[in-house]
Amino acid sequence: MMAPLFSSKLLLVLLFGTLFGLVLGVLPGLGPTTGGALILPFTMTLDPLSAIILLTSIYCAGTYGGAITAVLINTPGTPAAAATCLDGYPLAQKGEAGRALGMATVSSTVGGIFSVIVLVFFAPILANLAYEFGQPEYFALAIFGLTMLASIGDGSPIKNLIAGAFGILISTVGKDFMTSIDRFTYGINELSVGIGFIPVVVGLFAISEMLTQSTLLDQVFKRVALKAVKLPTKDDYKKTWKTILRSSGIGSFIGVLPAEGGTVASLIGYSEAKRFSKNPEEFGKGSVEGIAGAEAANNAATGGAMVPTLALGIPGSATTAVILTGLIIHGVRPGPDLFKEQPEFLYGIFGAMLVANILFFIFGFFGAKLFARITLVPNKILWPMIFAVSVCGTYSLSQSIIDVWIMLFFGVLGFFMRRYGFSVVPVIIGLILGELVEGTLRQSIVIFDGNWLMFLTRPIALTFFILSLIALAFPLIRSKKNKKTI
Amino acid sequence: MNNVRDKKRANKSLPFFFKTEFKVFFAIILVSSILLISTFSFDTVPPILNRGIQPATFPKGLLVLMIVLTSIIYYLSFKRPWKKEKNLPKPFFLTIISFVLFIIISKTLDFFLAISVLSIFVSFNWGERRVFYLLLVSMIFPLVVFIFFEMILGLRFPPGIITNLYYY
Repeated sequence: MMAPLFSSKLLLVLLFGTLFGLVLGVLPGLGPTTGGALILPFTMTLDPLSAIILLTSIYCAGTYGGAITAVLINTPGTPAAAATCLDGYPLAQKGEAGRALGMATVSSTVGGIFSVIVLVFFAPILANLAYEFGQPEYFALAIFGLTMLASIGDGSPIKNLIAGAFGILISTVGKDFMTSIDRFTYGINELSVGIGFIPVVVGLFAISEMLTQSTLLDQVFKRVALKAVKLPTKDDYKKTWKTILRSSGIGSFIGVLPAEGGTVASLIGYSEAKRFSKNPEEFGKGSVEGIAGAEAANNAATGGAMVPTLALGIPGSATTAVILTGLIIHGVRPGPDLFKEQPEFLYGIFGAMLVANILFFIFGFFGAKLFARITLVPNKILWPMIFAVSVCGTYSLSQSIIDVWIMLFFGVLGFFMRRYGFSVVPVIIGLILGELVEGTLRQSIVIFDGNWLMFLTRPIALTFFILSLIALAFPLIRSKKNKKTI
Repeated sequence: MNNVRDKKRANKSLPFFFKTEFKVFFAIILVSSILLISTFSFDTVPPILNRGIQPATFPKGLLVLMIVLTSIIYYLSFKRPWKKEKNLPKPFFLTIISFVLFIIISKTLDFFLAISVLSIFVSFNWGERRVFYLLLVSMIFPLVVFIFFEMILGLRFPPGIITNLYYY
């Protein structure tokens, strides 16, 4: 599995990706999704394996990096670290920042490694199953992935579905792939090839975050001093090993579900840790179990999310949507054939994720203090720089200035979407699944000779449709129960 | 807690067209309707060549779905009004203005000049007053980015008054 990694170039890429991922994870507002999108144009100079290793190492390290900021300044570096704030910061306030970060580092590493094992075993099984899939099954699977959007994050299910539908709508811009008829181009030639993924992602994540930061300039972070990261004590291990294992399992499972990712995993991992704890009253006041539950789960979701991404071409999370784009840009088509024809490529990715988890443990353990200092870079300097990289990165892919306008448009749109409770992640997932949904639907209709009911005669497709109904009903029932906004 | 309740009450007392939920509902319905109408002008495939559905059918379905779902969230907002958002601060509008400036300058003068102007404008309006840092974000960093993209990635940037100095 590790053999493809024994090259100095790949190790260098892995090292850079892990360090860069940590920096992205530490900086609130950035994160592996935005960072991955920003670095995607740069990967064009790399071979496919190096490019994907770079993106996956950013994903693993970025997910962990969010914990450093969560513990030290009570602001999650990434949304997946939100649950870590609940106990990480209170523990740090008690003068035990090193212990909190030590627990976060160990549980993240265990969760990450556990999920790579899940990936190695389950991705080929899922890929084998996918051999049974025809167009109707892929359509039903994509619909299942989209309905899972209803339950992501803490946004309202219906708003998430609207955002997902909007993402699919964006994918229809340009020439229709079956008939070459222009759709939504309004005479603009550049739109004939469709709207690129990078301008939309960079706009929705980086530019909208820049606008969000412009509204938070008076925000003051209270930083907790960190002397050194401490490995958990024997007592801590005794207290948390079950939680870490449970959360690793939960995180891997949630990660495998299409569209769900580290954020949902960490929230469930945290609440389950509290439910099973002998001392639930300590949660929210600096419980090491709380940190372990959230961190093991969010890092376990990384490997899990790669399972449907590699085996089926359905992104398991927002960041894997970026990785999927990276695969497509480099001419690698995810799916069962990839497992059959390019196993060494996949083993390279698996090995890289394993090494990235070990590397961020080392960097996190010895360098957390240094990484924490990155948060001292003021926003008034950081964000203009990010803007420059965003603009050049977006322009570079197709050397089109229209892409830059599109990026700015989606930046403003993303800001208002977030302001009014619409998550931007469904737009990304919808955009990436759009072509698959429409293509498989239209081809299925041709196969069924226009008889839509034929979908119900295919057992696998029917199963996915039933799962889709459950996925739609679950958040509505939950929100009714919790009286949450719909 | 009282503050939140007051804000909710304040939102309730507004005429319906000033409420956030109506504005969001109206914006989505308006844009979706315009797009839906435009789908009727898409070319169609002659029946003899048509396999499956027409190219406009799928986007039409999506837009109708968006309109229906938006109507549902608006209907539900009568039962549970949205909380009123805080007014946007001045730096937000200045950042939006800087985007407009960026578009105008990059279109008429120079791409890199536009990045420099935006960077210094944003940095200054967000509170940076130290000359070194203003120079760093507006000149040194864009230059590093330019060199990196031009030399390492071999990218050719659009012509402009400054970029031309390098290219010619």
